Amino acid sequence: MTTPTELSEPAAPGSRAGHTAAARPRKPGRVRRLSKRDKVVLGIMVGIPTLVQLAFVWIPTLLSVLLSFTRWNGLALSDIRAAGLANYSYVFTDNPAFWPAVQHNILWLLFLAVIATPLGLLLAVLLDQQIRGSKIYQSIFFVPVMLSLALVGIIWQLFYQKDNGLLNFLLGTAGTPQAVDWFGNSSVNIWAALVAATWRHAGYVMILYLAGLKGVDASLKEAASLDGANATQTFFRIVFPAMAPINIVIVVITIIESLRAFDVVWVINKGTNGLELISALVITYLIGEGQSIGIGSAFAVILLVISLVPITIYLSRTFRKEKF
Amino acid sequence: MSASTTARRARPAKTGAGHGRSRPHYGTHIFLTVMAVMWMIPLGWALFTALRPKADTDKYGYFSLGGAFNFDNFAQAWTQGGFPRYFMNSLIITVPTIILVLLCSSMMAFAVSRVNWKFNITLLIMFTAGNLLPPQVLATPLFEMFKLIQLPYWFSDSGSLLNTYISVIIANTAFQIGFCTFVLSNYMKALSADLTEAALVDGAGIWRQYVSIIMPLCRPAIAALATLELIFIYNDYFWPLLFIQSGDRLPVTTAINNLQGTFLSNYNLLAAGATITVIPTLVIYLALQRQFVAGLTLGSSKG
Repeated sequence: MTTPTELSEPAAPGSRAGHTAAARPRKPGRVRRLSKRDKVVLGIMVGIPTLVQLAFVWIPTLLSVLLSFTRWNGLALSDIRAAGLANYSYVFTDNPAFWPAVQHNILWLLFLAVIATPLGLLLAVLLDQQIRGSKIYQSIFFVPVMLSLALVGIIWQLFYQKDNGLLNFLLGTAGTPQAVDWFGNSSVNIWAALVAATWRHAGYVMILYLAGLKGVDASLKEAASLDGANATQTFFRIVFPAMAPINIVIVVITIIESLRAFDVVWVINKGTNGLELISALVITYLIGEGQSIGIGSAFAVILLVISLVPITIYLSRTFRKEKF
Repeated sequence: MSASTTARRARPAKTGAGHGRSRPHYGTHIFLTVMAVMWMIPLGWALFTALRPKADTDKYGYFSLGGAFNFDNFAQAWTQGGFPRYFMNSLIITVPTIILVLLCSSMMAFAVSRVNWKFNITLLIMFTAGNLLPPQVLATPLFEMFKLIQLPYWFSDSGSLLNTYISVIIANTAFQIGFCTFVLSNYMKALSADLTEAALVDGAGIWRQYVSIIMPLCRPAIAALATLELIFIYNDYFWPLLFIQSGDRLPVTTAINNLQGTFLSNYNLLAAGATITVIPTLVIYLALQRQFVAGLTLGSSKG
């Protein structure tokens, strides 16, 4: 779980703007000034990380694509058979879990985008005002962000249990036949899992927006209020647009988090019975019974293709102005 | 800042003093307090359950205040759940990973941000993109690759990289390098070019520039990233789940899931186990909060 790739982003534009000017003069010809020894050192400094990155991230990704066109039980390499598009046609037409998984991934995205992310933004806006105890509130909302999603699943399991969980006590249904098994009942467990995921996501969004709000020039807000704009207008017309770079980061994080969602459902029931997700299907076919590497890889490739959309948006925004 | 903005700022500051700043924000406080209480309920409930002996919750029910409150469940979960072993495993995996990640990413970041050469942006994009992929995309081939790598049995009892700490360390390192390289390269880019220009004139080689000029200046960024990575790796559930089959080699975060089986329906013990797992992250957060916040505003302070 690593989405904070973007953590430094809100801060970057300011610092970059200040520095590109200073850094300008060192444009061409730097490499020529390097000695032979420097070139070797540089080669090692670039070579080792690049090799690690290629060998354990990009080559496996490429192999996922290749394996998705084969039939293999994962035992001997000589057993790999070409399968053409058979895995994909199986996934799209015959696999009973695929379309539910797609629906759940979309639902996950919508829930985070419509509820968790705006909630995080709201908390950030409220806490950005100079109110008493702001630091305490921030710490409370931030605690779940420090926890692993697996642990989040277990903690909420204690809360959601059918007969001994707090929620059913509060609803007055604990011990009665009406008691809902929140994580077990396939018609509600996705929602229960989404609430648990929101608990963590909203705090994350809050902390990113708090940093973003601090970066908005105060004179902009004052100018707006001088012009007679009220707080809501100032926020939506001035402050929110001024945070464009961080908004992109949040959009990308939200999409990627919803594609990466795995730990919570795996902890609950290994992504079955109402909690199917594409990421969980990949692993089910890898380590589950009836191992089928080809089908698992087809799921992985579908996940890859979808992920490339937010990744491309993010990269093109981040590196667009980048010229050395 | 131009003179006009300063002049403009002076006026609303006066009216604002009586208006916006000292307004009590009752509504906001009520909303935030309600949210904060709701936010604390899941963890609070786990802690509440963990503090009560099973016999008392069986007698009075979980939703009650009757009976004793003590740390017996924690002691029992600690020994029965095998926590010392799991924490040790977490340590064995986390520490080398952080060192490897920071070493590799700082070298890479230095090369792409302080030296101008043909493919530096291309490589930086590749590193950043790699970190954004869902890990499940590369899980299957990585698993098969590790299975195919033959190792002597004195080194690995599986005869391959599977079921070793090293497999988890490698996967985590490869996955985290991209993120740290991206952050550090932004940070290093913001350092003045004159620093290394001067060193170059003095005849300092690339390695000297990296070790004695750039790295010392990056100390705050390194500290912030080390804190973030500590949390990330400690919280990693996926890679050990995939690669490690022997229960006694799992790190805490992955092992906690097995406790559901070990403790069966003893929710008090499970709650205690969950709480024990939370403690290190909270300690790190409280002790290194400054580094953590620094991680968020990285690059802006160092101008």
